[in-house]
Amino acid sequence: MKHATAGMKRWSSLTVALGAILFFGACAKKVAPPAPTPPPSPTAPTASLSANPNTVDAGQPTTLTWQTTNATDVSIDGIGPVDASGTRQVTPTDSTTYHLIAKGAGGTQDATARVTVNAAATPPPVTTSNATEEELFSQNVKDIFFDYDKYDVRAADQGSLRADAAFLQQHANIHITIEGHCDERGSTEYNLALGTSRADAVKNALIQAGISGDRIKTVTMGKEKPFCTESNESCWQQNRRGHFVYER
Amino acid sequence: MNNSARRVLQRISFVALLCLLTATASAQDWIRTGTGLGVERVRLAAADFKPSNADPGNTALLKTFNDVLWNDLDNAGIFDIVSKSFYPLQEPGQPSEIIFSAWNSPPPNTSMLAFGNLAVAAGKVTVQGWLYDVKNEKSPQVLGKQYTDNATDNAVRVIAHRFADEIIFRLGGGVAGIAESKIYFVSDRGGHKEIWMMDYDGANQQQLTHLGSISLSPRISPDGSRLAFSSLVKNSWEILMYSFDLNRLVSFPRFGGTNLSPSWSPDGKIALSSARNGYPNIFVLEGSGGNWRRLTNDQGPDIAPTWNRKTGSQIAYVSGRTGLPQIYTMESDGTNVQRVTDQGYAVSPNWSPNGQFLTFSWMRKYGPGEPGSNDLYLMDIASKQWVQLTHDAGRNDFPCWSPDGRHIVFQSHRSGTDQIWSMLADGSNVKQLTFKGGNSQPNWSWK
Repeated sequence: MKHATAGMKRWSSLTVALGAILFFGACAKKVAPPAPTPPPSPTAPTASLSANPNTVDAGQPTTLTWQTTNATDVSIDGIGPVDASGTRQVTPTDSTTYHLIAKGAGGTQDATARVTVNAAATPPPVTTSNATEEELFSQNVKDIFFDYDKYDVRAADQGSLRADAAFLQQHANIHITIEGHCDERGSTEYNLALGTSRADAVKNALIQAGISGDRIKTVTMGKEKPFCTESNESCWQQNRRGHFVYER
Repeated sequence: MNNSARRVLQRISFVALLCLLTATASAQDWIRTGTGLGVERVRLAAADFKPSNADPGNTALLKTFNDVLWNDLDNAGIFDIVSKSFYPLQEPGQPSEIIFSAWNSPPPNTSMLAFGNLAVAAGKVTVQGWLYDVKNEKSPQVLGKQYTDNATDNAVRVIAHRFADEIIFRLGGGVAGIAESKIYFVSDRGGHKEIWMMDYDGANQQQLTHLGSISLSPRISPDGSRLAFSSLVKNSWEILMYSFDLNRLVSFPRFGGTNLSPSWSPDGKIALSSARNGYPNIFVLEGSGGNWRRLTNDQGPDIAPTWNRKTGSQIAYVSGRTGLPQIYTMESDGTNVQRVTDQGYAVSPNWSPNGQFLTFSWMRKYGPGEPGSNDLYLMDIASKQWVQLTHDAGRNDFPCWSPDGRHIVFQSHRSGTDQIWSMLADGSNVKQLTFKGGNSQPNWSWK
């Protein structure tokens, strides 16, 4: 019996200790924070902007619709300060990306909507020659750049890619060749393979954006035709690109 | 030389290399290795050949002959060559002039002596050459040869190469010499990257293509009759074919798209990288350009296949499927893919003639904060143990084995521009072969 009691004692003291740990542990969490109620943290603003229709012929209006929450200061580039939510009719002369900025105590949020203006019907471009189209091409179509040894289109370049796709959609008769280029580092042959993958990545992204693959050829240049010949990162970045060439 | 000595010599390069690979399993960065390490090299003296008549044309041709012969024997990497300063004043021009005691005891103390004579007569040059075992006075002759050809500098150069190869074959364990082998490469010295060729020692550099585009990756067929390379043709990378039977480009199918880095199997098939199915993958086709078979099927990019030159049953190649390019091997039907490099930036594999070793370019410690340099490495395929062949010498790429498996030719930027260099397969005896313009992607003939 004595024996058994000693055993019981050991067990009960252990149970108490465990219970205490559990109790105080749990209590500590519950009890600690109640006194100072935290100030309501400012909620980040939200914003959305859309255009309907988002493609118009030149001279035709379109309607911008936006909604924001938790914003004290809302403005749209080119229009100025606007209400927190609303609509407005606009008549852009060229394809325009409307940019809305909503500022509030919780931060800043922006939203964009692109209105594509079909220039075909408007009088001035009647004189459009191939040269002009080629000039437009070189002014508007932006090359896509890559990280070292990578061939996926970076998030930072998605904007350029969308704009390129939009331009090609407006100029449906243009054919292009995408050249895949690499920086001078690494081996001649591997860079040719990498350039192939870069050119194909840009082509596939354009196809995703609705451009017909029949209009796009690709060729790798590896590190054979660099845009820049210095041995530093800014130059190397210039050389890691998918370069658009106008083919008519 | 007795049979057992010959057998030892026969295995010098391969056994010694294997031993070294085992010895360096702990992968030290810096170790001086040697193909003849632990084995006594044959001590060889090469006396200047003498004129055997008074023709004034002899002098210039003798200089070429003696220079080329000396250089070939020195390059071979299997001799302990006796310095000319130890030679007796009376050098023999023919067997009757030999004083054995002047050669087989110190200072020259040589085992073997090469000597002979040259004469020009009526526009022809005649060369007589001997190789004597001077420690065996009773029966000294190992080799006796006579050559006749037109009395030109180039013909004399070829004769010297042939005589050197005879000596190397006899004393090098029956492995044929390389003095008559050729190296194909890319040079931009004319403004465009064109395909060129030269003798193994850098002599006779000549332009093969005049395409005015970008031509790369020359690869000579096993029999030496055709050279495949890739060239930019109207926005496509095509495989082009040069014939040494016709000395011009010959027709080969145009595939369109991107077709790169052709490589010949021992039985004349071609492996290459093509993006015809979307991603750059490895394919095999017949030497005629037909019967395509796809070997890799991943995003790649896969490039630079090279066949096991001995068996033809394996292909090593480069893939970026996991990020930075690594070297892989597979069976020639595409099965049993194995990654053989575990880090860094590894490219340009080339399989040794005996099928045991890969040499390749590796930036082993690639990464932020790592200086990293492109060095050449040698890997024993069975054990995956490697040794580093170049150290602190700029960017080195495109190593390619010589037919005898004792030498490696490669591209290096160590002089400030890309040039072609050669070395023994242990990294020693480094020699620059090209100097004009930029020169790259050397490919050594199979014999």
